[in-house]
Amino acid sequence: MRKFLFRVSVLVLAISLVTPLLADNHESVLDKVKNRGKLVCGVHGGLPGFGFLGEDGKWSGFDADFGRAIAAAVLGDPDKVEFVPLDAAERFVALQTGEIDVLIRNTTWTLSRDAELSTDFAPPTFYDGQGFMVPKSLNIKSIKELGGATIGVTAGSTTELNLTDTMRSLGLEFKPISYADIDTLYNSYEAGRVNVVTSDKSQLVARRKDLKNPDDHVILDVTISKEPLGPLTIHGDNEWNDAVSWVVYATFFAEEHNITQENVKSFETDNPEIKRFLGESGEMGKKLGLPKDWAKQIIISVGNYGEIFERNLTPIGLPRGVNKPWTQGGLLYSMPFR
Amino acid sequence: MENIEITQEVKPPNTSKGPVKWLQNNLFNTWYNTILTCFALVFLFFVFKGVFSWVFIQAKWEVIPANFQILMIGPYPIEHVWRIWIVLWTLAVLLGLSAGIWKGLVLRISTAIAGVGLIFLLVPLDIVKNSEAEYATLEFNINIIYLIFFKRRWLLGCLALLVGTFFIGRNKNGLKKWIIGGWILSFPWTMIMLHGFGENTVSTTNWGGLLLTLLLAAVGIVACFPLGVLLALGRRSKLPAISWVSTIYIETVRGVPLLTILFMGSVILPLFMPGDFQLDKVIRAMVALTLFSAAYMAENVRGGLQAIPQGQVEAAQAVGLTYPKTTLFIVLPQALRAVIPAIVGQFIALFKDTALVFIVGLLELMGIAEGIVGGNPNWQGYHVEVYVLVAAIYFIFCYAMSYVSQKIEADLGVGKH
Amino acid sequence: MMEDNSPKVISDKIPFYRDVRFLQVFFQILFLIGIVLLAGFLYSNMLNGLKKQGLELELSFLRTEAGFDISEGIEYESSDTYLKAFSVGVVNTIKVSIIGIFCATFIGFFFGIARLSSNWLVRTIASVYVECFRNIPVILQIMFWYATMLVLPAVDESISLFDSIFINVQGVYLPSLEGTAGLIPWLWYLLVGIILAIIVVLGLAAFRYFFEFRELHETDRPSFISNIIFGAKWVAAPIFLIVTIVGWFLTPEVPFELLQPELQRFGFVGGMNFSPEFTALLIGLTVYTSAFIAEVVRSGIQAVVKGQREAARSVGLKESQVLRLVVVPQAIPVIVPPLTSQYLNLAKNSSLAIAIGFPELFQIGKTMIGQTDQSILIFAMIMVSYLIMSLTTSAFMNWYNRSITRMGRSK
Repeated sequence: MRKFLFRVSVLVLAISLVTPLLADNHESVLDKVKNRGKLVCGVHGGLPGFGFLGEDGKWSGFDADFGRAIAAAVLGDPDKVEFVPLDAAERFVALQTGEIDVLIRNTTWTLSRDAELSTDFAPPTFYDGQGFMVPKSLNIKSIKELGGATIGVTAGSTTELNLTDTMRSLGLEFKPISYADIDTLYNSYEAGRVNVVTSDKSQLVARRKDLKNPDDHVILDVTISKEPLGPLTIHGDNEWNDAVSWVVYATFFAEEHNITQENVKSFETDNPEIKRFLGESGEMGKKLGLPKDWAKQIIISVGNYGEIFERNLTPIGLPRGVNKPWTQGGLLYSMPFR
Repeated sequence: MENIEITQEVKPPNTSKGPVKWLQNNLFNTWYNTILTCFALVFLFFVFKGVFSWVFIQAKWEVIPANFQILMIGPYPIEHVWRIWIVLWTLAVLLGLSAGIWKGLVLRISTAIAGVGLIFLLVPLDIVKNSEAEYATLEFNINIIYLIFFKRRWLLGCLALLVGTFFIGRNKNGLKKWIIGGWILSFPWTMIMLHGFGENTVSTTNWGGLLLTLLLAAVGIVACFPLGVLLALGRRSKLPAISWVSTIYIETVRGVPLLTILFMGSVILPLFMPGDFQLDKVIRAMVALTLFSAAYMAENVRGGLQAIPQGQVEAAQAVGLTYPKTTLFIVLPQALRAVIPAIVGQFIALFKDTALVFIVGLLELMGIAEGIVGGNPNWQGYHVEVYVLVAAIYFIFCYAMSYVSQKIEADLGVGKH
Repeated sequence: MMEDNSPKVISDKIPFYRDVRFLQVFFQILFLIGIVLLAGFLYSNMLNGLKKQGLELELSFLRTEAGFDISEGIEYESSDTYLKAFSVGVVNTIKVSIIGIFCATFIGFFFGIARLSSNWLVRTIASVYVECFRNIPVILQIMFWYATMLVLPAVDESISLFDSIFINVQGVYLPSLEGTAGLIPWLWYLLVGIILAIIVVLGLAAFRYFFEFRELHETDRPSFISNIIFGAKWVAAPIFLIVTIVGWFLTPEVPFELLQPELQRFGFVGGMNFSPEFTALLIGLTVYTSAFIAEVVRSGIQAVVKGQREAARSVGLKESQVLRLVVVPQAIPVIVPPLTSQYLNLAKNSSLAIAIGFPELFQIGKTMIGQTDQSILIFAMIMVSYLIMSLTTSAFMNWYNRSITRMGRSK
């Protein structure tokens, strides 16, 4: 008996000493995904247009489609992705511990997050900005008139901080009410519990459409913050970050050159860059550690950026705004495929 | 009272003579009872009127059939749904046999379950959206046959198995041991079937809806029980180190809200895991729920342990039983019997507590409901209908459990004076 | 103990590794080593995990500026420190818990007694109330009540009572008492009144104890305490009242004024105010807990043996007296322990306010985690706060329980 107990305690001691040593093995997430044959992507559990569970039990939305695009590029199959709905508080932890491979959950690219949290950003897929929605009846034209108002906001996000910063810099008093879930926020705005609601403008537009009388509400013509939303990968895994980044660029590139889900299979061109893009020449895929036709697979499965946008965000009433190719005066700018 | 009256054994007046008499005795026996009755009637009138007009006139129920699939199973892939049915079939067989053998309460429970199943079988949820005129047509009749015998063949099979095995199992007392074994095995069997392995794995991230709610509750209940018993024994142990550690654990966990423990599981626990080792979200929530309810379970069991007379332990030791044997065969059976109602109450609490895991982003019933009304652009503004349905589901399960507990209590004669 | 059963002769020959006394110590040490190893293992993992995140455990963040606003609670500004923000949450939690406990006890006793009513309809309604509200998760109930609050009229259509109480979707607004310039002088009168009252009472008690009842034997003398109570009732209270009332008129300005809520552009300002979040949380917690308390009360009353009630009736007590003098005193000791755990549950369930945006401890803690990434420390702070609250409550209830059971026995 004693011997047995002695052995057990030695074993426990040994395990506890050895495991920290095992901890640091530097396998790229890219290889992990390939070996697993499945991508694990963190998304928002319920954000109209961006990520939500459809009636058929499949994840839909703009962010979910980018997850599918990555799966298509890496594994050649857009369905080989598993979505994990994440809470705002746990999203970074999930990424750092490797529970998810990539986080595409309406996350704003900020200096602190880039530096402190040990996460790396891929190019933004959506440029948003924080705005305000107010009832028309209050007759408000600018945020300077919001002194003394009760303002609704979602909890635990940069939105809350931007609001406080802005109001303080204007020297205005206000009362914030922060809600954990978006639905409650807009219900209480509609009921008049909060006078004003502030959020990313995309959300305001989408939600305004579903209010009882959309025309009774205006979105103020002011943007108090820049909200570049994009995918995140774990810090220091450059291989994986490159792959994710170029998946995003590929969707931009395809729209710039009018390559669509429909015409991609029969796309004929003499443009050498497009040829490299489609994997007909060059070794673009190999350099990224991806299959030769990775970009083609993306377009086949989810289409170019414009198509993803139109499928998910146009129906909820979002205008393209700055989310247009640079050729049309927007901010989407693909790096050269060379 | 006179002495004579007592010796004469006057029978209590018969109160159950006719409805008028009953009303007089139960509603209008004194002046203040009459006033109370009137107030209660007015109150009831308004409550019923409000509820009725909302349920049948105002509510827009189409959101429920449209999202029925995800409310039940969440993102579980539809092509693997047969596995859930296999599990349900297994349970139906076990339940049917148990009902046949034990009858009584088990039979009543399974009748209720069969009734609910029958309602689901016959109510044409899928056709609710269609126009009313369709109900009279031949096409509709064919639709219903198609619905029941084809689209709902799994459910039909489930009910058939339940009823069939009931008749098979009647009076076959020899099967008792096997059935109990079957129930014990049904738990790992369920897990294996739902999760699968190799190519056909459906990872826990894809578990959701009512399925996940039930699984969380089941895992919590099964796992917290032995842990709770150990903690209770530990707290009463004569060895100070063990008793102190158990006490500190129990009191700490009972002193903080479940939400903090769930958040610890979701945000902090991953930090404590070695290296690349991960537990996924669902497992972490299960661990958190188990650790939380184990502390409460321990206190319930301790209550039972305290009720055991010291003489029982001494007698057991006198006949030479060791500590483990005394505990396992003498103390625990008596202690647990005494606290069955408290334990069932604990299970009900655990079941209700599963509603909180949506706050850490799990897609159980509440999480799905929140996703539908908060995420899906088609169903914004339907929150009342969806949440009412969720509340009704919770109510049915909890009420059933508390009903069963009351019956067990009555059967065992526990808590009677 | 088992070794007591075995004769001494044999126990001398038992090798030490089969000696129960040795094994007990050995096991405990082993157990403790195991626990320490586990803790150390987790701790080293935590340090690793933190290093991966680039974080350090430091409490100094508590002194930095919080930078977020809080909708209600004690005075606080976004430029205050994190520590201040956290304390706002603690106070809000305590506030909602205490008010909730009072309301839930009241409603719970009401329905518990109603369940034993002789009126069938009342009994049934009470049972339906209990079964409904205790079988639905409290988070759903809180969300339901919040949705109900949002149905209240908009600000410009407020329900107004006496032109000073206003009810609308932003909450309930009442006039509040505010101190004026006359408050400080009046407080001096108050102080003088208190001191005067104490002196008079002590003097009187001493006088009565040592002179008036001198002839009586020590056991027959009224105790010193009862003398103080006597004095407080008949002499000190009038003195105190006279001083304060005279002071009220002597101060240059009336010490208090009523501050009416006033309608401004975005809603009412000033006065006292209960927000819909607070109200919904309070109603949700109260209703849910009261259903459990009703059950506790019912079983407590039913635990009083029927014979006691019959005996009380047979000696001619009225029904109300039976309840007050016989049933309740015997039921209370049965009721108090489960009642305590219901109180604790209520306080802990207040953390569910996170669903409706009431800024209590947990919600503010979560916001702080979102901003500082000091999740481990903030969680520790949250847990310790709840633990202190729980332990205080149960200590108080245990003291109360002991005092009433002692009272019952001594008489």
